Amino acid sequence: MAHGPDLSLSIARLTFGDTLLYKDFQLNVAGGEVVALIGPSGVGKTTLLRILAGVEMGFDGQALVDGHPAPLAPVPGLVFQDARLLPWLSCADNLRAVRPDVSDAVVAQALAATGLVDVQEKWPRQLSGGMQRRLGLARALLVNPRLMLLDEPFVSLDRVVVRELQALVTDLIVQSGATAVLVSHDPQDAARLAHRVVIIAGRPVQIVADLALDALPAQRSRTQIIAYEDRIETAMVESAS
Amino acid sequence: MSPALDPRPAALRPKGEAWLGWASFLLMIGLWGGVALAVNSRFLPAPWAVIAHIGWLTNEAHLLPDFAVTLGRAALGFVIAMGLGTLIGIALGRSRWVDRLFLNWVVVGMNLPAIVIAILCFIWLGLNDKALILAVVLNKTPLVITNIRQGVLSFDPAFDEFARAYRLSRGQTFRLIHAPQLVPYLLTAARTGLSLVWKIVLVFEVLGSDSGVGFRVSLFFQFFDLKGILAYTLVFVAIVMVLEHVAIGPLERRLLKWRTDQT
Repeated sequence: MAHGPDLSLSIARLTFGDTLLYKDFQLNVAGGEVVALIGPSGVGKTTLLRILAGVEMGFDGQALVDGHPAPLAPVPGLVFQDARLLPWLSCADNLRAVRPDVSDAVVAQALAATGLVDVQEKWPRQLSGGMQRRLGLARALLVNPRLMLLDEPFVSLDRVVVRELQALVTDLIVQSGATAVLVSHDPQDAARLAHRVVIIAGRPVQIVADLALDALPAQRSRTQIIAYEDRIETAMVESAS
Repeated sequence: MSPALDPRPAALRPKGEAWLGWASFLLMIGLWGGVALAVNSRFLPAPWAVIAHIGWLTNEAHLLPDFAVTLGRAALGFVIAMGLGTLIGIALGRSRWVDRLFLNWVVVGMNLPAIVIAILCFIWLGLNDKALILAVVLNKTPLVITNIRQGVLSFDPAFDEFARAYRLSRGQTFRLIHAPQLVPYLLTAARTGLSLVWKIVLVFEVLGSDSGVGFRVSLFFQFFDLKGILAYTLVFVAIVMVLEHVAIGPLERRLLKWRTDQT
């Protein structure tokens, strides 16, 4: 299976108002790798994701996706923290918004892949929070992404739904071989999904820890996940002190 | 509260309360009839006498042609003002530069007395339909611009980010992201605009036209024909209510179905 693109991000300087957010920051992700970006709330994790998605361009530096500048690279599968569904479109039309050319069967397939049935004609507000996240995920999958960008996709969901979605995301990434960057503040997300965990902190933001998690995400035992979670938490505490 | 006076969009009003709107009209007519009987004056004809007079004006006088002329003028002025106002409103909302340069023009346009605009148009272009419709457009357009500009300024940037991330074209972004966010503002502009256009057209017809409802009402006034004035008013109200319940209300319910649909 062909794996996803290599990512190369280098930021010479990025300011937000008067605050110097990033300076001489470098992050590389190998094709097919799942990297979790972990850090405290407000540190600037989502900004990195926006740069990789090609929507944030006000910085000195470059974001390359397989050697192409991010805005010119193929459409990434971007999953937003707030699902960001268009409330005035039906669920099926929300999917068609990113791929108008697809048939009803393909839409149904994408919905089924994320565990959604009989929702085509419903409005997004008629779905539960967990179902809305699934719909956001289905929309990202519809563009057949080689790069998945996930911005806190499990935040504010109950534990059972989080477990289901984590398993679903892991399966989908494994099946597609996509490169993925997951932004989260929760070590558990990283322990379950990522090959590698990058912890960022400070002003300007620096990489304070870069941890490789050996076992493949789909094959991790509960004990391994707990051990990884501990390792990540320890690294986070050490970096904070 | 009458459906037409209820500030909530039609789609958001509780369906069970619809009869109250109609009951308020019956109450209004009943009150009018009661007062007319009590005062027994030629200055306040009873509603049934006015309704009978509508029949006579329709068959024996000029009611239908008068309303056809006025409706035509109002419709033309309304369509031009809505189209122009929407385009200019979008330009002002999207470009800070254009907004800074022209916003004062809109404020001036909003506050110029309608009668002054009408008189200037009649002086410059003569007492004709062109001048009348131009005056209507000049009066109504600033209101549409203000509504649409406000709508554009309230666009949620999160949806624009979604559009950029998924590389939607400009056309797709307008159709899928911007137009739906403008709909409530367009409906407000249409509803307030319609009532404004009606009133302006009538005043301008009184001022400088030899046809239409305004002209006819001015003739009734000269002859103290209260029954004629009230008959035209009643037909006028009926048309406005039909427009509300047959056109604008259903259109609003359809366009804003996503907010209310319970199925």
